[in-house]
Amino acid sequence: MIPGTFEYHAPSTVDEAIHMLGEYGDEAKLLAGGHSLLPMMKLRFAEPGHLIDLNRVLALKGIREQGGMIHIGAMTTENELIASELLRKKCPLIPEAARLIADPQVRNCGTIGGDIAHGDPGNDHPAIMLATEASFVLRGRGGERVVPADGFFLGTYSTQLAADEILTEIRVPSVPPGSGYAYCKLKRKTGDFATAAAAVQLQLDGKTCKKIVIALTNAGPTALKAKDAAAVLTGKTIDDKLIEQAAQKAMAICDPAEDLRGDREYKTHMAGEMTRRAIRQALARAQGK
Amino acid sequence: MAKKPISFMLNGHKVETLVEPRELLIHVIREQLNQTGSHIGCETSHCGACTVDLNGRSVKSCTVLAVQAEGGTVMTVEGLPKNGALHPLQEAFTQEHGLQCGYCTPGMLVRAYRFLQENPNPTEEQIRFGMSGNLCRCTGYMNIVKAVQSAAKKMQAAGGK
Repeated sequence: MIPGTFEYHAPSTVDEAIHMLGEYGDEAKLLAGGHSLLPMMKLRFAEPGHLIDLNRVLALKGIREQGGMIHIGAMTTENELIASELLRKKCPLIPEAARLIADPQVRNCGTIGGDIAHGDPGNDHPAIMLATEASFVLRGRGGERVVPADGFFLGTYSTQLAADEILTEIRVPSVPPGSGYAYCKLKRKTGDFATAAAAVQLQLDGKTCKKIVIALTNAGPTALKAKDAAAVLTGKTIDDKLIEQAAQKAMAICDPAEDLRGDREYKTHMAGEMTRRAIRQALARAQGK
Repeated sequence: MAKKPISFMLNGHKVETLVEPRELLIHVIREQLNQTGSHIGCETSHCGACTVDLNGRSVKSCTVLAVQAEGGTVMTVEGLPKNGALHPLQEAFTQEHGLQCGYCTPGMLVRAYRFLQENPNPTEEQIRFGMSGNLCRCTGYMNIVKAVQSAAKKMQAAGGK
């Protein structure tokens, strides 16, 4: 299988890439790691006339800390996320999720920015971005804007990213002391998308759950933020009864598409179970267990 | 569509060729450069048979465009033997019965080579995680894991090569 014909461009700066996007308009597609776009091009689900490869734009790579926030270049690969000592300390949910994405070879190519901008509800980073309360830097010809992850995902393959914009950076707040996190992903085998997955990040104040964010992967047309589920636990001492109530609230917002991974009922049930497990694991980690 | 000239290092030799931008790296390596060691399995980045080393990282060459290798360094299974002698990984796969039909083996070897460069003394669990992008339908993986363990010991004894 070979993609259809296109013209290939390899800019070395963001400005050059934005200029090309403006010039080629709807004909253009940005190439990041290529493990979603190239398969889609082989199947003719995508037939861009111009492919703008961002792999030589070095300014889009790297992870650094700035003013209590972690800034991650959009072209940082999954394996670079896993290897980052800074992320392990300050945003541990991100490398935890990255380890569950695809396989070692694919993680050498696949990027955090591509995973997010693709807008696929089966991708893992969207839910992680909701759970960590990240924001995205979008750059276009008109300048730069910063938008929160919550609200960025509009539908399947649809995001707030405009046709002439590039997602350049992901900004994630460092976790405060007393925090716990977990990403629980059910998949049939290595490399598979989630049948269902749940991301949890919480903060304890003594025994009380001061704050919790819960987000779901592949349980609807976009990653879903389970706000009602989080409200059940916020301000309370988390116990089994409350975890069950939260899981029920999470299941209530699920709207998964039936496919070979299961029907809607099964996937919704699994999203509930992943939510239970992720809350328990995040709680145990916050308690230092 | 106009062809583009590209050049890169392949198994220690500089190669130059003309490619269409849509051509995949695996096809160019096999069909234009005649290095047929790397296999095409699924062509959908699942099976790992087409794994090559690109700029010091393992990639699935069915999901990399040949134009992306421009100026880079590629190693395939043909680059593993040195001075006519099999690489310790190749010897270990033979001795430990790490293959039956052999179709996945070039990808397994090239991936295992990079994995041991990154982690010269791995645990079994690390080997299974590190090799999880390569599928084998014959061996059940037991002997592949053993082969990687055996090669790791030999390579360590020989000073990392």
